[in-house]
Amino acid sequence: MIKLTHVTKEYPKRGFALRDVSFHLKKGEFAFLTGHSGSGKSTTLRLIHMADKPTDGEVRVTGYSSERITERDLWKVRRRVGYVFQDFRLLPGRTALENVAFVLEVTDTPQKAIRPKAQRLLSQVGLAPKIGAYVNELSGGEQQRVAIARALANDPYVLLADEPTGNLDERATRGIMELFRDINAKGMAVLMATHDLELIKRHPTARVFELDNGSLVYDSETAETDAPRSTPAAERLGSD
Amino acid sequence: MYALREALAAFRRAPVLTGLSSAMVALALFVVGLFSLATYNLQLTLSAIEERVEIVVYLRDDARQSEIDHLLGELGDFEEVRLVRYLSKRDALERAQEQLPEFGELFLESGVNPLPQSLEVELQPGFRTPDVVDRIAQEARVYPFVEDALYGEEWVDRLFALRRIGLASTAVLGGAFALVAALIIGTALRIAIFARRDEIYVMRLVGAKKSFIRRPFLLEGALAGLAGAFLACALTYGTYRGVYSYLFEIAWVPGSWIAIGLLAGAAFGAFSSGLAIRRHLQEV
Repeated sequence: MIKLTHVTKEYPKRGFALRDVSFHLKKGEFAFLTGHSGSGKSTTLRLIHMADKPTDGEVRVTGYSSERITERDLWKVRRRVGYVFQDFRLLPGRTALENVAFVLEVTDTPQKAIRPKAQRLLSQVGLAPKIGAYVNELSGGEQQRVAIARALANDPYVLLADEPTGNLDERATRGIMELFRDINAKGMAVLMATHDLELIKRHPTARVFELDNGSLVYDSETAETDAPRSTPAAERLGSD
Repeated sequence: MYALREALAAFRRAPVLTGLSSAMVALALFVVGLFSLATYNLQLTLSAIEERVEIVVYLRDDARQSEIDHLLGELGDFEEVRLVRYLSKRDALERAQEQLPEFGELFLESGVNPLPQSLEVELQPGFRTPDVVDRIAQEARVYPFVEDALYGEEWVDRLFALRRIGLASTAVLGGAFALVAALIIGTALRIAIFARRDEIYVMRLVGAKKSFIRRPFLLEGALAGLAGAFLACALTYGTYRGVYSYLFEIAWVPGSWIAIGLLAGAAFGAFSSGLAIRRHLQEV
């Protein structure tokens, strides 16, 4: 599904964002990507979304390789990977329905199918009563649900979420996490970046990757054999 | 469908911005229009003058009729020659009396006709160039019964120099103003792209094809260019009417020039917005 092989990313001014990171996220898996601010979480998601190319190593996403894909074909990967942000990035001045319909329209969905599908997606994320509400009339949690519905519009294989609960209160966070679990239960892989270890602890069956200063220091799947349990995430997750 | 709707929506969403950019394009194209009007009328004037380019072969008084007929045939055989007219001494005198009445009595009183017989050589359109007239004049001068062959060498050279300057000015100034128009459209589109950077970002995020993202902007540029070209045509026509009514008589440019102007406006709009979006798609 998603495979990073010895991936390094170096920016000319900022230096190394990732160093020799390798992991494999399998089909239908639910995983957290954790680490301090600046540890490389967002860079990892950007590389998977192919918004950037690794300086070294290879990123493979649903059969597409970062080494071989051309600028012209990037849209093919983007339609297989849904992306959700902390700040939602919805189009202001449009309704919830229009935000989702916009994505369907610009990705070649037949005109007749756009409205029914947008309505279905918003119902799926629990926003059926608010499809006609403008973005600024929605709460943070509701806006994030619209963003998730938008990310699901192309029926992606994997959903990437970059601190999706970072701007939400406890109740809205629980709702969004339930939604992610539902989506995952239907077979879609979810990779969620978060620095909230308490949130991770509440989902003990999820896989956890931890980054520290650009290096992968913990992978819950291989932790028993390969990694020392001395990273912040490993210690806190293992403290119960 | 989406592209056309979005392009038209851009005019609705930001009427001041798009209206202003169309107006700026119209102003730039108006200058091109004025220049075209002036160039067209200059061309007409030059063509009228060019019509009068001919060679006059002056013959000696002792030239025999058979020799004159032979030369008449020889000159008429040139593909560049449209017509050769023989003008006898008597015809020349009558014409001089007609055109210069103040000398009429002088000619009558003296009883002498000092004017030579001649052949007037008219050239086909497109061959009234300094090279051709000079070559035919040289051919005529070879005959011993030919006194001289003249064609107003100096003013023919000047006429053609003027024509070259006119064409070069059209190309350079027209090109310069077209470039200004292209830059204006490009700038307006850059502003439009900036205003819609969120949409472009979302489109790239969710996997819209680049050609799909570009299309509304290309169409918007073409429409802005076309609207500007229409306005420029109207302004140029208004100026033409004003000059025609209050200053002097001039001709309106042909319909094909208008069509080319409108198409050029749309093409420039699409082209310059294409350049603008190509660069800005990398940035947003």
